[in-house]
Amino acid sequence: MSNILTHSPALVMALPLLAAFLTPVVGRFNRKILGWFISVILGLTLGITILMAIQILTNGSIIYVFGGSDAGLTLPSGYTVPIRIIFHIDGMGIFMGLITAVVSFLAAIYSLSFMQKESGLEKYYALLLLLATGMFGMEFTGDIFNFFVFLEIASISSVALIAFRSTFAGEPAEAGFKYMVVSSISALMVLFAVGLFYGQYDVLNMATIASVMQFTQLDKIALILLVTVLSMKAGSVPMHMWTPDAYSEAPAAITMVLVAASQASLYALFRVCFSLYNISLNTVTIGWIIIILGVLSMFIGVTMAIIQKDIKRLMAYHAISQTGYMLLGVGVGLAVLSNPVSLNSFGIKAMEGSIFHIMNHAMYKGLLFLTAGALFYRTGTRDLNKMGGLANNMIYTTIFFIIGAAAIAGIPPFNGFASKLIIYESVFKFNPLLSIIAMLVSILTLASFVKVFHSAFLGPKLEQYKKVQEVPKSMLFAMATLACIIVIFGLFPDVIVKNLVHPAVMALINQTNYTATILGGI
Amino acid sequence: MIGNFPYIAVAILIGLGVYTLIFKKNLIKIAIGITLIESGANLFLITLGYRKGSVAPIYTQAPEGMNMVLPTPQALTLTSIVIGVATTALILSIAMIIYKKYGTINTDEVRRLKE
Repeated sequence: MSNILTHSPALVMALPLLAAFLTPVVGRFNRKILGWFISVILGLTLGITILMAIQILTNGSIIYVFGGSDAGLTLPSGYTVPIRIIFHIDGMGIFMGLITAVVSFLAAIYSLSFMQKESGLEKYYALLLLLATGMFGMEFTGDIFNFFVFLEIASISSVALIAFRSTFAGEPAEAGFKYMVVSSISALMVLFAVGLFYGQYDVLNMATIASVMQFTQLDKIALILLVTVLSMKAGSVPMHMWTPDAYSEAPAAITMVLVAASQASLYALFRVCFSLYNISLNTVTIGWIIIILGVLSMFIGVTMAIIQKDIKRLMAYHAISQTGYMLLGVGVGLAVLSNPVSLNSFGIKAMEGSIFHIMNHAMYKGLLFLTAGALFYRTGTRDLNKMGGLANNMIYTTIFFIIGAAAIAGIPPFNGFASKLIIYESVFKFNPLLSIIAMLVSILTLASFVKVFHSAFLGPKLEQYKKVQEVPKSMLFAMATLACIIVIFGLFPDVIVKNLVHPAVMALINQTNYTATILGGI
Repeated sequence: MIGNFPYIAVAILIGLGVYTLIFKKNLIKIAIGITLIESGANLFLITLGYRKGSVAPIYTQAPEGMNMVLPTPQALTLTSIVIGVATTALILSIAMIIYKKYGTINTDEVRRLKE
């Protein structure tokens, strides 16, 4: 047991990675058990992640040195800087890791029935496992080059998954091409920034770079590159053109994982700003840049969403809009980072709201995409104008949709309300206008989901959908789990914020702790 | 001055790549643009590996008393080249599918997703 705990960071990576290459073999012997095999693997990964989370939240960050004689030994005798690849998992990393684990596990369960009729399933599952590996890697690694490698693993597998249905039509391939171009440029710019850091400081470990950060001209260039490309990968507004295409063309279960994958990029953006640079950068300027990106994303995302007719495209624009809330809160936290009084009075609160919103968003947006997938599974269309009266036949899906829509619009007692309320309150103290825009966006979100609800579910039974039935049990199970999480988070937000979100925020803000974990007490 | 030549080459390569990405409308040329940026980034990394007065890290052939450079940039470059192969292969195969489905690889015509 203690062995599993010691090696848990390696296990979380190794399980899905090795299983990904085992998948074609299993698929060759028995196609029936393939989906269950993947679900069990991802379920085990989820279990280990939860164990790790308990460990981290009680005892502090976990360090895992690959190839060392001892997993916790970062500086073997004679070295002043760490040279091995180190996994460095703190409160924030494990927070994202939990999201990834839950989402990828439920995606596998959902795919059991959803993808049953498709061919090439072993490739689909192998890519899903690789995507999970890439996301875990991005969230857990403490090495900036290693981060680049995992970013590429995640983007390559997600591109292949987006284009998975291109045997039927050209659109998935088109979306995949767009996303591929975006993500390869992002990854190459990250690589260039890695080169800039290595050229100056001769180290690749993020904590070590942070401890010797001079904030020279080259560091500023690296910062600009990283902020731009990571917010592009997270889908914030001026660089959001890939989001609706990729989200709407991917299979529904994959869209849910893609949301979590863009949040992994968002996590990396926060990691760069807070752990790598912290107060050495001009926090007010960068903070306001992130706030403006956030407000633009919120507003443009929601206004574009209202006019959409394709249900998944509409939800994808809402995903952009919700990303804005996360950027807004964390931007406020960053803007007041060098001012302890405001940081304590509302900065930390704003960041708690945003970080909490990351998890809530992954849950309710995942649920909404899954209900869209359920509608597509039974009706074969994503066009809202062709749907109608489905509440008569798909009762559970309707209930889940209502829960998800209420959560995204910020209606109590669901989780979206809990995190949005924290954001409104704290951002209001920073700048009332920003808070008012956020509330307005929330109202527009509600309006557009009322439209979806009305056109897809309400109304009389349509002739062509007379024989439509409720979706299979595995899809219902995935949706029900997400709905339960949403309701529980909405009913007890204080418990979650105190035990899960607050440690994550403190891990981001406290840079000394981050570097000291690797380099020993300073 | 002459020591800065590699960096100038890096700037030219990346600049050409970005130019290709922005102004060319052929999907294959876009793939070429990405490859150019990638070569620029790789050249940048490998240039960082040079240290004046040190020799290449070939353990058996290093002369006595000379310092060897740390082979990290070389390792990084190798990794990035391998990843680049995967990226290029994927992007070209997707371009191939697009050609099959749309009958063209001109970006102006490949836009069924535009609302």
